Amino acid sequence: MLRYVVNRVLLAIPTLIGVAVVTFFMLRVVPGDIVEIKLRGDGGNVSREVIEQERERLGLNKPLVIQFVDWMKGLVTLDLGRSMWTGNPVSEEIGSRLELSLQVAVMAAVIAVLIAIPLGTLSALYRDTAVDYVIRIVTIAGLAVPSFWLGMLIILGLLWAFNWLPPLTYTPFYVDPIANLSQLIWPALAVGYRYSAVVARMVRSSIVEVMREDYIRTARAKGVFERLVVARHAMKNAMLPAITVIGLEFAFLIGGLVVTEQVFNLNGIGRLFVQAVSRNDFMLIQSLVMLIAVVFILVNLVVDLLYAALDPRIRYR
Amino acid sequence: MAATTTGSTLPSRERSALLRFVVEQPLGAAAFVVILVMALAAAFADWIVPYDPEAIDFSAMLAAPSPAHPFGTDAFGRDILTRIIYGARTALSIGLLSSLLGCAAGAVIGVASAYFGGRTDLVVQRFVDILLSFPIIVLALVVVAMLGRRLVLGIDVNLIVAIAIPIVPKVARVIRSAALSIREMPYIDAARAAGYSHARIIFRHMCPNVVAPFLIMLTAFIAQAILLEASLSFLGLGVSEPKPAWGLMLAGNASDFYREAPWMVIFPGLAISLAVFAFNLLGDSLRDWLDPKFRT
Amino acid sequence: MLRSCALLTGLAAALALPAAAQETPKRGGTLQFAISGEPPNYDCHANSSFAAIHWLAPHYSTLLKFDTANYPKILPGVAQSYEVSPDQLTYTFKLRPNVKFHDGSAMTSTDIKATYERLRNPPQGVVSLRQASFEDIAAIETPDPLTVVFKLSKPDASMLANFASPWNCIYSAAKLQQDPNFPKTNILGTGAFKFVEHVKGSHWIGQRFEDYYEQGKPYLDGFRAVLLSGAPMINAMNGGQIMAEFRGFSPAERDRLVQSLGEKVQVQESGWVCKLDILFNTAKKPFDDARVRRALSMAIDRWGGAKNLQRIAFVKEVGGILRPGYEFAASKDELAQYPGFSENIQAAREHAKKLLAEAGVQNLKLTLTNRTVAMPYTPTGLFVIDQWRQIGVQAEHSQLETAPYQASLQSGNYEAALNFACDFMDEPNLQLINYISKDQSSLNYGNYIDRKLDELYEKQKRATSKDERKRLIREFEQHLFKESYTAPVIWWHRYIVHDRRLKGWHITPSHYLGQDLVDVWIAQ
Repeated sequence: MLRYVVNRVLLAIPTLIGVAVVTFFMLRVVPGDIVEIKLRGDGGNVSREVIEQERERLGLNKPLVIQFVDWMKGLVTLDLGRSMWTGNPVSEEIGSRLELSLQVAVMAAVIAVLIAIPLGTLSALYRDTAVDYVIRIVTIAGLAVPSFWLGMLIILGLLWAFNWLPPLTYTPFYVDPIANLSQLIWPALAVGYRYSAVVARMVRSSIVEVMREDYIRTARAKGVFERLVVARHAMKNAMLPAITVIGLEFAFLIGGLVVTEQVFNLNGIGRLFVQAVSRNDFMLIQSLVMLIAVVFILVNLVVDLLYAALDPRIRYR
Repeated sequence: MAATTTGSTLPSRERSALLRFVVEQPLGAAAFVVILVMALAAAFADWIVPYDPEAIDFSAMLAAPSPAHPFGTDAFGRDILTRIIYGARTALSIGLLSSLLGCAAGAVIGVASAYFGGRTDLVVQRFVDILLSFPIIVLALVVVAMLGRRLVLGIDVNLIVAIAIPIVPKVARVIRSAALSIREMPYIDAARAAGYSHARIIFRHMCPNVVAPFLIMLTAFIAQAILLEASLSFLGLGVSEPKPAWGLMLAGNASDFYREAPWMVIFPGLAISLAVFAFNLLGDSLRDWLDPKFRT
Repeated sequence: MLRSCALLTGLAAALALPAAAQETPKRGGTLQFAISGEPPNYDCHANSSFAAIHWLAPHYSTLLKFDTANYPKILPGVAQSYEVSPDQLTYTFKLRPNVKFHDGSAMTSTDIKATYERLRNPPQGVVSLRQASFEDIAAIETPDPLTVVFKLSKPDASMLANFASPWNCIYSAAKLQQDPNFPKTNILGTGAFKFVEHVKGSHWIGQRFEDYYEQGKPYLDGFRAVLLSGAPMINAMNGGQIMAEFRGFSPAERDRLVQSLGEKVQVQESGWVCKLDILFNTAKKPFDDARVRRALSMAIDRWGGAKNLQRIAFVKEVGGILRPGYEFAASKDELAQYPGFSENIQAAREHAKKLLAEAGVQNLKLTLTNRTVAMPYTPTGLFVIDQWRQIGVQAEHSQLETAPYQASLQSGNYEAALNFACDFMDEPNLQLINYISKDQSSLNYGNYIDRKLDELYEKQKRATSKDERKRLIREFEQHLFKESYTAPVIWWHRYIVHDRRLKGWHITPSHYLGQDLVDVWIAQ
């Protein structure tokens, strides 16, 4: 097991390098760079020399390979470089926003799991009955409603019904839990609804599938009490795909917050990302992509470990 | 209903299959009808709508729903129903094409990866990991910015590629895990022992066994592709004005009119939801119905 | 004369106006308002966006400033008086004796000199976007701590206005000596508000500076500016979370707020020194042919379009290269002489088709490059495309993010584009520089060389009489439109919706002006 873990961690390194290479060179193909936006702003009259000076200062004039090597050297020493827009360390820019995004993601995940597992199980157990149909419609609707639209409806609904809106700026939970929750519960709901739908569907279908397997049928034929079958056998095996989905979706949630943060005007990494992209702030984009990649790989690792622990049939070589 | 309208032209075996689907999966059949209606409306949009989706009509700005404009008009006086119907064309074509592209590529990669196993599997999985670790928006933005917008028959090919790429690793992963257990089956060992070529084993023996998950994912990813296109257009990275697209109709200042013109916020959102809902429901029903394991 | 700026509209706005004028300002309260963008750094001299000046202006002062209630009148800033020599070559400023920086140190003529030296001749590694404005300054002298003398090499019609520009924030000479880039990351001014904090991506807080040089001001205890834009901003305003946003609202946003908040809000509106021009890439066929460019300009129904477009976008008046209403701008009769300003659009379109035929261009297809900015880029782009369609020209709308958009303009990789121009005041030197030859102006993206325009530009800049200047400007405009290097669309129009309790803020034709918040107060 330990060897397997070490192996997986080592395997993550080439993946990360691959992500770095692809990101870096893809961005460099995009026409335009940050200097023009930064200096010209609303049509500022700036000479070409000044623009070239700024490019020089930001290292944009160096050969691409050198730029890449510089960046990788920084990454190895955990130095993410500086935002080309503000000149502040990237770690600072991200750090101040990560807390908010993570909190929304975690809240959405909790909401999702709390709703999804009972709903999915019920739906599977009462397959093809009215209960199943209702649950399926609710969960499929969850997949269908775009979270940005749901967000818009939530905001407009709050405004229309209560003439009230969530706080504009972020307050950490440990400072003022009420202000914190009253701001973040809404985006968490908007995102969590979809999330729960994904998980519930996976729970349902994997339970349905497992229930058809021979050993369950045997257990049922032997007269083992149905609920016991579900609890002991079906649930355990059905949880594998569910865990995968919970994990994968969580990793993607950070990226998926891009649109939602825009709708709710949240100062999280999703919005930071959109800003960085619209300004061509390469250093910041690169680092954000790497961050998401690391989160993703970590989550995957955990999922795989759980897989291995839960299903001894799957062998790793 | 779908069966009775199209049934006469089908051979009896398939007709009975369709009938059975309708009887066994009423929800799925209903979803199929919804999709069919949308597809027909999109295909024959030129004949069924009285307005040009891109023509600006300043005399009818922000008109409320009326017989002339059943869903009202937007800030440019463009008929919202017309734009939703043409928007269906955008959504369905982009959804179907990008899902097909992504799923096909993903399935081949997934099955091959599982079949060959070992070093190949590792390399392919690393590559899948790399792709999977990218935020979709970056991929989409970079692809669109890099290649520009290339319209073929009014469809942005680059946008399709941008939406298809994130689908590939997901499908590859799921198909791989499905194929992994198939690989362990005795009959694959038998086929190998019989000296069949890799291609033959992959396509003849392994692929048919992943058809069910493939079809299910295909419908599910059409839904997801429609959603992604809507989100990208909402952010201004997808379809651009004046082309009609549902996400685009929600962008900008659509919500400014929520009191005086709520139809601008409601109908495009409903259209997205309905389309995605129908594809998901169909996928779900297909899943229950197609998978031979579920037949008792 | 100038259009009066603070036209009031809205439900019962007219009734409130006389009352507002008589009210005595109240002290106290914190103003919470929105700003829809963030600057890359805190240096006024290196920024040109409202997204910088709206945050920075309350912390700084300038030599002179605009009287926002009576634009374009100029008021003293840290200078209590000034004198211009008859030959317009010497400007002498007497400074107020009681001006202090927020760290307590006194401001003297040394600080003014250091600031303007930095502006006109920035040291290595420092960016000054105002270098061109001050290129005619030959020397800056400081005979005593409260006197500054600027010596010019040539007279410049726009000089006084430049001293009132909000961008020329006065910095501390001592700090600049330690680090010329000090203002990039620090805020130390003599303005009415001390800087408290800036939470990146979120908000910015300022607090009253008790030693501010104007007695009894500012009225506000402080301000809290929040980064907000688009629908969330309008929602926040609707929900009473913010009192204002000072860039501008679209007509739809204005209507929504007036409708839902009624009496609680007040609308101010004004012409705006901002516009979108259609720019043609003269390096590409068939746009090297003036007839094609002129035809494309003539296809646009400016008068009819203005009526309609103003209902959905913040544009309103038809004009040439200067803002309609400004003293040097073309009158309606003068405009009618230019191609593209005919009120008989049918005839103009027929003429346009004929021009295209003459140029041998049939079934013209082109791409209009635009920015992915909702207001007013998108509606303007859609409008232009719709107009072109009516003479049989098919245009593809290519909306790009800012960086690729600027890159395609810079590199000449476009056919026609919507190009934005915005200035801090009505001033031909600022507005005309966009149109002179590409080797003379870094703002020319049309890739043309036209010495006649360059010559006329220089002449009007040096003109010492207004009539002379006006004549030269007309000649410039006439030539520009005949060649149709660019085609004007419709001038922007600025609407500001703010909480009725917000007093002492006046709209001007520039969203860069009047944001020092010195005179702003909140009524209870």
